Amino acid sequence: MNKLLEVKDLQTHFIMKNEVVKAVDGVSFTIYEKETFGLVGESGSGKSQTCRSILGLVKKPGKVVGGEILYKKQDVVKMSKDQLRKIRGHEISIIFQEPMTSLNPVLKIRKQIFEAFDRTDMTKEEKRKKSIELLKLVGIPSPETRMEEYTHQFSGGMRQRAMIAIALASEPNLLIADEPTTALDVTIQDQIMQLLNQLKEELGMSILLITHDLAVVAQMCDRVAVMYAGMIVEMTDTFTLFSTPRHPYTNALIQSLPNQKGANERLEPIHGAPPNLADLPMGCPFHPRCNFAEELCRTSRPELTDLTPTHQVRCHFLNKTVGFKGTFTPDTKQGGCDGENS
Amino acid sequence: MNGLNYILKRILQIIPVVFIISILIFLMLRAIPGDPARLVLGEKATIESIDAMREKLGLNESYLVQYGKFVKGIVSLDLGTSLTYQRPVIELLRSRVKITLMLTLISTFFSLLISFPLGYYAGKYKDSMFDQIIKSGALAAVSMPSFWIGLLLMILFGVKLRWLPVGGWGDTFIDQIRSLILPGLTMSLLTSALLIRNIRNSVVDISNMDYVDFARSKGISERAVKNRHILRNALISTVTLLLMRMAYMLGGSVIIETVFSLPGIGKLMVDSIFGRDYAVVQALVMLFAMIILLINLLTDIIYSFLDPRVKF
Amino acid sequence: MMRHAKKREIPIWATKPAFIVGIIIVVTAILISFFPQFIAPYDPIEVNSKAILVAPSAEHFFGTDNFGRDVFSRVIWAARIDLQIGVFATIVPLIFGSMMGLIAGYYGGVVDNILMRIIDILMTFPFTILVIVIMTILGQGMRNIYIAIWLVGWMAYAKLVRGEVLVLKNAEFIEAARVTGFSDKRILLRHMLPNVVSSAVVFAASDVVLCMLTGASMSFLGLGVQPPTPEWGAILNEGRAYIMNAWWITFFPGLFMAITGIGFSLLGDGLTDFLRTKGK
Repeated sequence: MNKLLEVKDLQTHFIMKNEVVKAVDGVSFTIYEKETFGLVGESGSGKSQTCRSILGLVKKPGKVVGGEILYKKQDVVKMSKDQLRKIRGHEISIIFQEPMTSLNPVLKIRKQIFEAFDRTDMTKEEKRKKSIELLKLVGIPSPETRMEEYTHQFSGGMRQRAMIAIALASEPNLLIADEPTTALDVTIQDQIMQLLNQLKEELGMSILLITHDLAVVAQMCDRVAVMYAGMIVEMTDTFTLFSTPRHPYTNALIQSLPNQKGANERLEPIHGAPPNLADLPMGCPFHPRCNFAEELCRTSRPELTDLTPTHQVRCHFLNKTVGFKGTFTPDTKQGGCDGENS
Repeated sequence: MNGLNYILKRILQIIPVVFIISILIFLMLRAIPGDPARLVLGEKATIESIDAMREKLGLNESYLVQYGKFVKGIVSLDLGTSLTYQRPVIELLRSRVKITLMLTLISTFFSLLISFPLGYYAGKYKDSMFDQIIKSGALAAVSMPSFWIGLLLMILFGVKLRWLPVGGWGDTFIDQIRSLILPGLTMSLLTSALLIRNIRNSVVDISNMDYVDFARSKGISERAVKNRHILRNALISTVTLLLMRMAYMLGGSVIIETVFSLPGIGKLMVDSIFGRDYAVVQALVMLFAMIILLINLLTDIIYSFLDPRVKF
Repeated sequence: MMRHAKKREIPIWATKPAFIVGIIIVVTAILISFFPQFIAPYDPIEVNSKAILVAPSAEHFFGTDNFGRDVFSRVIWAARIDLQIGVFATIVPLIFGSMMGLIAGYYGGVVDNILMRIIDILMTFPFTILVIVIMTILGQGMRNIYIAIWLVGWMAYAKLVRGEVLVLKNAEFIEAARVTGFSDKRILLRHMLPNVVSSAVVFAASDVVLCMLTGASMSFLGLGVQPPTPEWGAILNEGRAYIMNAWWITFFPGLFMAITGIGFSLLGDGLTDFLRTKGK
């Protein structure tokens, strides 16, 4: 498997007058070609900022202050604006969470697709043809007329499809999907996810899927990293994560999944509130909400350690977490990190 | 409904407004203490001419008939005779409207020229030193009397530096433009300040929108991000505001034209009030009202074209 | 990450230097307007034929005008009239307009409908134009400036307050008061008014600037305060004839007006900020 994107010790901080928010604090992961990699966490865990960092789209006063993002061995962080523009849209595309606000309300869909061809020397007719093709590909009916419309004439699901079409316009190798279905109805969520899966196979690209929904991870991802307070707390293949989670936070997330087929019929929400990134506790950031926390957790931050070559966990007391039962839902992907199974 | 129908609908909506305004203006002259005929003709009018005017205005008849005559006069552009100038009011307006219109256009031009770059960069570099200075400047500009600014500009560029005329109206086109520069600048100050605030805040809001990030993620140039996405969206509220401000500039023309002794309709208004030239005042109020209604109509139409979300 | 030391409790207003500057300016202006006799070295209307159009000096800080009157003293005394215009021209519409808005919004119906239509039509016209038209009918003079501004000014407050009332009308505590059987008058004055009045008051703080400038403009045009009464706009108007050789007559009164205007604007902006943060 070839490495497509390697994030190494990424640090994205928001530097404000009287505080520094470490939204992303030393995140490392690798995405291989043709795989779907999931990044899971609650809102504020830094997953969105991680993916924004990859494309240099972190909003002020945020800034990538450390680490490397190697795309095909080139460091995106150190790139000039011009080099970065060649990566954006052409190598790596992104789709956002809110289809309502992610498309320009005053430009026709056609213009917004055409923009993706800005740096090519396609003729207008070629652009048109390609756009129609793309809209068809993402399942927008009668694309010839729909592309002359504005976004307010599209439903939420249709907007998300249009956004995917635009993101795919220049045939990227990596598609970053930042909670692509959170704002949509459940039925449409499913359609969009299936569409993404299908497109991935057809176009042979990789997907970095950001979500807070483990059910989506089970359905979509080959490998997963769980983020908490700007750090990765557990990273492994999807099957392992669901069958033998080893971080208390991962376990709690899995236990809080509805309709799981396990001994525990009762949903168990995670107690406590998500951490305030501007004011993190000492030690392990999860300890105030952790059932297994001891004195050590309050004073010292655990490192991400290799449990196996493909399973990393950030916890002091791995011996205590052996017994986690995990679960698999029927549609959990089986198999390892190579993504050859589906 | 399509765009044309929308425009027709808006024009139809204006009709009752015009009606109400015409009634108000009709009542205006009759609200002033004294005989309207004498008011129109002035203190020195003879009994005979006053009687003739009473006949013409129909003052001996019912208010309804009087109003009918008033409307007929407006429609046939027979607006009476100016007491001061002893000329038909319509002639007087014709020669003066041009000056006020030019003044408004020039100050609109200045406003755009000043506000777009300043507002855009203040918004782009939000909370920077530049932004702070621009914000304070805009606050100061809306808090200062325009006639004072006008006089200061006059002292600086007219009296001390002698670059531009102190006031008055030129004979040649070049001279006319020269004599409009200082009043135009003075008039544009308030509008610029309001536009700058609007553009700055729009740019701040819009820059934070996901669609700007999404556009950027396509790998398009920063120039395209700025023009197609940020400014294109900021334009909607800004153009609307600017058009509304043009109506207010007409109000400002009363003061600015007095400061710079420009013979436009604003100055004519003040002169006519002092000269008790009520035929002219009445015609001017009607003219102002019509221009403002027209601007409002244009604003709505242009807005509906700028913002595709407007439903016809 | 280190825990932050607990921040000292600082009142919000103290963290806004612009607001403090606004307060200082406004308070100073008010003090000047109350006690001009302690600051002005000369009688503002006393003519001095020996000192005509004298440039600013230690004797006459702001110089003298064409009648030899001390411009500094005139500018100081003028603060009284201009502030009076700014404040009184604002307060009456604030009260009357808020009341109208309160009643129109609370009762609704045909009257409310017609009232709002007329206000909408009239408010498309520039403030200055409306005031001038009314001045034409009433004739010139200080008293008429007040009346003209009152007649035009209340509409903005009525609209503002009515909008707030419409929102509040369905609030639970109003429902509760109504169910309890309180009289309309009690509900309006005890329950509604305190909740809708703050935005009207905040608006009034910046409206003072508009009223003051409008009053001064009218006097500048010669429609308002008549000479020799010292008023900033009127002084400017008199000084206009002498800008070729006596710039100080026009410069200083305008400067005072500008500073006062900026003071009220800063105050208004600060109050708007508080209202916004309070609402959160």
